[in-house]
Amino acid sequence: MSQTVETISSEICYHCGEDCAEETIHYDDKAFCCNGCRSAYQLLDESGLCSYYDLDANPGINLKNTKHRARFDYLEDDEVIERIAEFRDKNRLSLSLYIPNIHCTSCVWLLENLQKLDSGVLQSSVNFLKRELSLLIDTDSTSLRDVVEQLVTIGYEPEIRLDKLDSKSESSHQNRSLWLKMGVAGFAFGNIMLFSFPDYLDTTGSGLGGNFHIFFGALNILLAIPVLVYSSSDYLRSAFAAVKQGGVNLDVPISIGIVALFSRSVYEIVTMTGTGYMDSFTGLIFFLLIGKLVQQKTFHRLSFDRDYRSYLPIAVNVLDTQGREYSLSLDKLEPGQTLRLRNQELVPCDSTLQSEQAFLDYSFITGESEPISVSQGEKVFAGGRLIGRSAQLITEEKVTNSYLTKLWNHEAFQNNDKELKLTTFADRISPYFTMGVLGIAFASGFYWLQTSGMDSALSVFTAVLIIACPCALALSTPFTLGSALNVLSLNGLFVKNHLLIENLSKASAVVFDKTGTLTNSEASNIEFIGMTLTEDERNLVGTAAGNSIHPLSRKIADITSSTKELKPDTFHEVPGKGIFATIAGKSICMGSRHFISEQTTLYQDQIPEPDFIGSTVHLTIDNEYLGYFGIKTGLRSGISDLLNRLKETLRLFLISGDNEGQRQEFETYFSTNGSLLFNKKPEEKLDFITDLQKEGESVIMVGDGLNDAGALKKSDFGIALADDVSSFAPACDAILEGDSLNKLLSFIQFSQNSMKIIIASFVLSLLYNTVGLGFAITGHLSPLVAAVLMPLSSISVMVFTFFTTRYFAHKGGLAIWK
Amino acid sequence: MEVIYMLIGFSLLVALIFLGLFFWAVRSGQFDDQYTPSMRVLFDQKSSDKKTNNQKHRDE
Repeated sequence: MSQTVETISSEICYHCGEDCAEETIHYDDKAFCCNGCRSAYQLLDESGLCSYYDLDANPGINLKNTKHRARFDYLEDDEVIERIAEFRDKNRLSLSLYIPNIHCTSCVWLLENLQKLDSGVLQSSVNFLKRELSLLIDTDSTSLRDVVEQLVTIGYEPEIRLDKLDSKSESSHQNRSLWLKMGVAGFAFGNIMLFSFPDYLDTTGSGLGGNFHIFFGALNILLAIPVLVYSSSDYLRSAFAAVKQGGVNLDVPISIGIVALFSRSVYEIVTMTGTGYMDSFTGLIFFLLIGKLVQQKTFHRLSFDRDYRSYLPIAVNVLDTQGREYSLSLDKLEPGQTLRLRNQELVPCDSTLQSEQAFLDYSFITGESEPISVSQGEKVFAGGRLIGRSAQLITEEKVTNSYLTKLWNHEAFQNNDKELKLTTFADRISPYFTMGVLGIAFASGFYWLQTSGMDSALSVFTAVLIIACPCALALSTPFTLGSALNVLSLNGLFVKNHLLIENLSKASAVVFDKTGTLTNSEASNIEFIGMTLTEDERNLVGTAAGNSIHPLSRKIADITSSTKELKPDTFHEVPGKGIFATIAGKSICMGSRHFISEQTTLYQDQIPEPDFIGSTVHLTIDNEYLGYFGIKTGLRSGISDLLNRLKETLRLFLISGDNEGQRQEFETYFSTNGSLLFNKKPEEKLDFITDLQKEGESVIMVGDGLNDAGALKKSDFGIALADDVSSFAPACDAILEGDSLNKLLSFIQFSQNSMKIIIASFVLSLLYNTVGLGFAITGHLSPLVAAVLMPLSSISVMVFTFFTTRYFAHKGGLAIWK
Repeated sequence: MEVIYMLIGFSLLVALIFLGLFFWAVRSGQFDDQYTPSMRVLFDQKSSDKKTNNQKHRDE
C-alpha cells in the first residue's frame, strides 16, 4: 500500500474519471486525482463495496473542489431532527434527503448498500428521478449526523435547506389514483370488447342463443358502472363545476358524451333493442385518462417553486454569552444574536459585521460579479456568501424581514398561480363547440321526429351527442404539448407545465440578466499583458497569489500554472488594494497602480495606465514593472450569435444589478436607446417587466439569481438559467441548462410550430367528428362504427402529434432522440 | 354452449384477480418511481463473503 505523489501526468482518476492535472496519488495500483477521491475509494474498498466501480466507469464524485466541508452540528439538535424527520420514535428515525450528486447506476447501488458502511442504517432506497434517498436509521447504534457525514465523505452531500423544516415530504400519491382509474377503465374496456365481439360478427342475428344476449348485456353494464362512477368522475365533476359557475370548458361536451353513451347503452340493453356502446364508452375513458397521464408528466428532480427558503441553510452557528458555539435553526434566530460564519457559508439575515474584515459574494443576490469587502460595523445583507476567513456577525433582523426576503412579499408573489390563468385553445373554443353539437343534435332530432317518430328521433339525438364527444379534441393539446415538452427537455429546457409553452410561443420581447446569465464567471478571460514571464517568475506569482483569498488573486493563481510550491517568507495583504510578498529572496508586489507606488520604489507615473475594459492587476518583481493581468468576464459560448439573430424578430433588453463596467461590450448587441439597464435592484427589475407588459409586450425573462426572482415571476415566461439543473434556481416557469442558452431562438420557433400542430390536430379530430356525424344524422351509427371510429380518431391524433412535433424539432435543429 | 357461462365467469374471475393485483401494486408504491428499479436490475447479488472483482485482482 504505497502512496506516491507525482507532479505531472495525464492519468485518469479511478474514482471520479477526471484528468489528474495537478497531481496524481497512486494507491493500490490505481491513480487518484486528489486525497478526497483516494479516501473515498479506500473506504469503499474496506467495506467490500467496490462493485461501485464495476457498474459504471469512474462513477465517483470529484472531491477536489469540496475544500470547505459543510458543518452538520445542527443534526445533533433534537428539535431539528424532529422537524425534518418523516417518522421518529425511541430508536427509529426515517427521513428522506435530497442529494443532487446522484447521477448514475453506481450511485444508486452505493447508496442502497449504505448499511455496509454504517450498520446503523436499516434501510436505504433511492428515487433516482427525484435524487432522493430515503433512510431508516437505528438511532441506538448511529446518529443522523454520522450518517450524513459518512455520505459527505463518499461525495454525496445532502442538501438540507430551510424549506425542509416542517415540510413533510409531499406525498407522491396524487398519481396513484390516476393509475387506478386507468386500470379500472382498461380492465372494463378489454373485457367489454371481448363480450361485444360476438355481436359484431353476428350480422344475421341468429348465431347467439337468446340468453347470451342478456348475459353479455348484463355483464357489460356491471363492468361499465365502475368506469362511470370512478374512472370518469374527474371529468363529470369538472364539467359540473364549470356549468355551475356559468362557464363551459372542454369537459362539458366530454361529459355530455359520456352521459349520452352510458344512458343510451343501458337503455338499449335493458329494452333489448341493441347491444349498446359500452366498449366505445370505456375505450373513450381509457384514452382520455392516458392523455391525462401524459399531461401530468413532471420533472421530479427539478423544483420550480423555490423561494429564499430553499436557498438558505436550515441552521446556523450562534455564539452564546460565554462564546460557546451552538447551532440554531434559522426560524428561531432573533435580532441581536452573534453568528459565526465560515468560508462559503451564507449570511442568513441582515446583520452587521463584528470581525475586522470580510469578503462577501453577492452575485446571486444583486448580480454584482465581483465579491466586495466589508469592514467592521458595516451592514451585511442576507444571502451573501462569505469568502475566505471566518467572521462573526450580529443579527439585525429576523430572517423573514431581511432585504432579500422582502422581495417575496411583493404582490407578484401573492397571486402565484400563473398556470391557473392559462386556458388552452381547446377550452376557448369549447363553448362554441358545445353549442354547435347541441344545435346539430336538436336539429336532427327534430327532423327525425317529424319524419319517423319519437324513437328514431331520440336515437339520432343521442347518436349525435355520442359521436361528437370531443375525445380526440381533448387529447390533441396534451399530446402535442407533452411531446413538445419531451423534445425541449432533451435539448436542455425543462418547462414546468405544458400549457406554458403557449406563452413561450407568443414572446415578443426578451429580457436578459447579465451576471451568470450572459456572462459566465468560469469562462472569464484572464490574460497577462506585458513581458513574458519565466517559469521561476510564474512560480513566484502563483505562490504569492495563492496565499491571498481575494477572488482576483485566485484567478491569477489558476492561470500562472506554477509548477513548484514555494513558501513565502513574508506575506502582506491590504484588502481591496493588493498583496506584497517576499519569496526566495525576491519581493513580489501585485495590485492597483496606487498600491504598487506605495509599496515599491516605482512612482505612479512609471506604471502605464492600461487600455483595458475590465479589472486589472499590476505586477512588479524586485521593483521592476513586468505588466498587468487583465480580467474580463467572459460571454457564454454562442451568445453573440444568439443575440444577433434574436434581434431580428424580438425586442431585446439587458437588465443587470451590476455596474456599467461592461456597457460598451454589450452595446453592439442591444439597441442603444434604453435597452441596456445597469445598477437595477430586484424590485426595479420586476417593475421594468411590468412596464413592458403594459406596453403590450409578451416578455421572456432569462435570469439566474435570486435578484431576478421577481422579474422571472412577473414575466410571461421566466427562464432560470442553471449550469447544474439540480442546483438552486429561483422560482420560474422553466429551467434552462447553461450550455443550451444559444438554442433559445430555436426553442421559441419550435413552440410556435407546436401551436400550429395543435390547430392541425384539431382539424384532424374535427374531420373524424364530421364523418361520425354523417353516420349519426342519417341514423346509421351502429355500435360497431362507434367502436371503430372512437379509438381510431384518438390513436391517429396521438400518432400525428408525435411525428409532427419531432419533424418540426428536427427541422429546427433540435435533438429528438437521446 | 351453456359451458360458456362458466368459462366467462372464470375468465372474468381471473381478470378480476389481476385487477386486484394491479391495485395492490399501485397502492404499494410500485408505480411511484418508474425509473430507479430499471437500474437495480443491473446490480449483482453478491454475498458479502465473496470477494469483489477488485480484491480478486489484487490477490492474483
